[in-house]
Amino acid sequence: MYNLPEVVTMTAHNVLDKPVALDWPGNFWAHWGIYTVGIVLVVLLVVMGFIWFERRLLGPFQLRIGPNRCGPFGLLQPVADAVKVLLKEDIVPVLADKVVHFLAPIIVFVPVLLIFAVIPFQDGVGLIPDFNVGILFIIAVGSFETVAVFMAGYGSNNKYALISAMRGVAQMLSYEIPMVLAVVAVLLVTQSLSMQEIVRQQTVPFILLLPMSFLLYFIGALAELQRTPFDLLEADSEIVAGYHIEYSGMKFAMFYLGEYGSAFAISAIITTVFLSGWKGPFLPPFLWFFIKAFAVFALIIWIRSTWPRVRIDQLMAFAWKFMLPLSLINIVIVAIEVLVWPAGLPWGLVFLNIGIMVVLLTLWAGMFKLRGGPQIES
Amino acid sequence: MSLKVPGIGLAKGLGVSIRHATRKRITEQYPEERLNVSRRTRAQELVWDPQRCTGCATCAKACPQGNIKIVTSVGTDNNYVVEKFESDEGRCMFCGLCVEACPYEALFFGRSYERAKYRRADLVASKEDMSSPEKEKSAYYRPELHEGLPEQTLLIYRKHKRPL
Repeated sequence: MYNLPEVVTMTAHNVLDKPVALDWPGNFWAHWGIYTVGIVLVVLLVVMGFIWFERRLLGPFQLRIGPNRCGPFGLLQPVADAVKVLLKEDIVPVLADKVVHFLAPIIVFVPVLLIFAVIPFQDGVGLIPDFNVGILFIIAVGSFETVAVFMAGYGSNNKYALISAMRGVAQMLSYEIPMVLAVVAVLLVTQSLSMQEIVRQQTVPFILLLPMSFLLYFIGALAELQRTPFDLLEADSEIVAGYHIEYSGMKFAMFYLGEYGSAFAISAIITTVFLSGWKGPFLPPFLWFFIKAFAVFALIIWIRSTWPRVRIDQLMAFAWKFMLPLSLINIVIVAIEVLVWPAGLPWGLVFLNIGIMVVLLTLWAGMFKLRGGPQIES
Repeated sequence: MSLKVPGIGLAKGLGVSIRHATRKRITEQYPEERLNVSRRTRAQELVWDPQRCTGCATCAKACPQGNIKIVTSVGTDNNYVVEKFESDEGRCMFCGLCVEACPYEALFFGRSYERAKYRRADLVASKEDMSSPEKEKSAYYRPELHEGLPEQTLLIYRKHKRPL
């Protein structure tokens, strides 16, 4: 019953959904060139938008206003910051591993751009929106960011950067597993790895149909992005920066860019996989995509302004003792549902699945224990 | 094993922060909005009343910085004429001892806080500066002024609409 591809292919005829692109001058390469440039521009623009959006939105949560002087509504503030950071001195520690130190900020931004190659911004609009192993590609490329984090920590020749990078790698690897297993449950339902196909099959958004998967993926995404409540290695208010403590000027800006770029990437993935991507009434489809991505990011900011951060032992225990077993149970439940309704899950399952989620969370939270130290109060 | 639905505390926290987001913001945007300074403030400038001053120079003796410069001459009507009364606001630490020391209640604090200058020499306030009629007197150590004033906290006085 599974239609997994026998061979992973990426030719012009295979990857292009609409034949229109083939009629363009230069065939596939024109499509490739235009979309590559377009995606890079869109990602950079949205990253600047995200930086502005976060600062503007954190304002009211802290009873202040946020940037409002530079341009209308403070929209040009990220531009001003970028200019400032470009003009700053770039300091490399004497004993740093120069090559690794130089490469880390470049590598940190690459997976972000690669992820957007397979994201459908609209039905059939994207570099390769119907890539037949799309979500697998995203998971494979997305975990590449871990390497950049460790390169930054190692190359800086700073013990604090190294400790932070080690913890960061441990955190990213631990939360990668429940995240991937949460996506597996989605794939059981769609029976396709293509991002475009996943969106097309969502008559009911998967956030309602598979709430457990969404919750696990979202928590995993927060940890993967190293945002509150899992930002203990950056911890703005306590320690300075974590693994990029020895970076300044443009290199620091690249880390900043990578951080917000992956926030956009995760928002886009959640939008595509759980929030039915471009689908929506009245407005044009690509606009719906961006609205949903910004809404997901707004939720992340809301959480940032509210929750305290966890300790490192709580962090690891939560990943391995709470989220991993739950994601395995979730896969089993979804697999049974898919076997019972092979033609596609009926929308009535929304209520059943939400009930199952509440019961499972309650049971598992009751059994969750940290050994030593105070317990997590949920 | 407790059977408590997890995440209720977290959801409550989210509710609290979203309620905060709808509250009035406390930021004061300076050029468009002015801080409504306390009318009993002890800061930033001195106001001098030439009618009440007898030129006794008690303020100059009380000043720990030696900051008040007062030059008097004997007048015709068995009095002192104050020829020079200067205070360097760049050296003043606003301790208020001169205001407290004045036996004739001729010296007050003022309520203006926009006292920045480009040159240090401009900070020296002369007799005319300190006695200019548009200066607002603070009720610091002046109970008779204090009685006429309303109760007050630090409030924002919005002159113009807040820019978005």
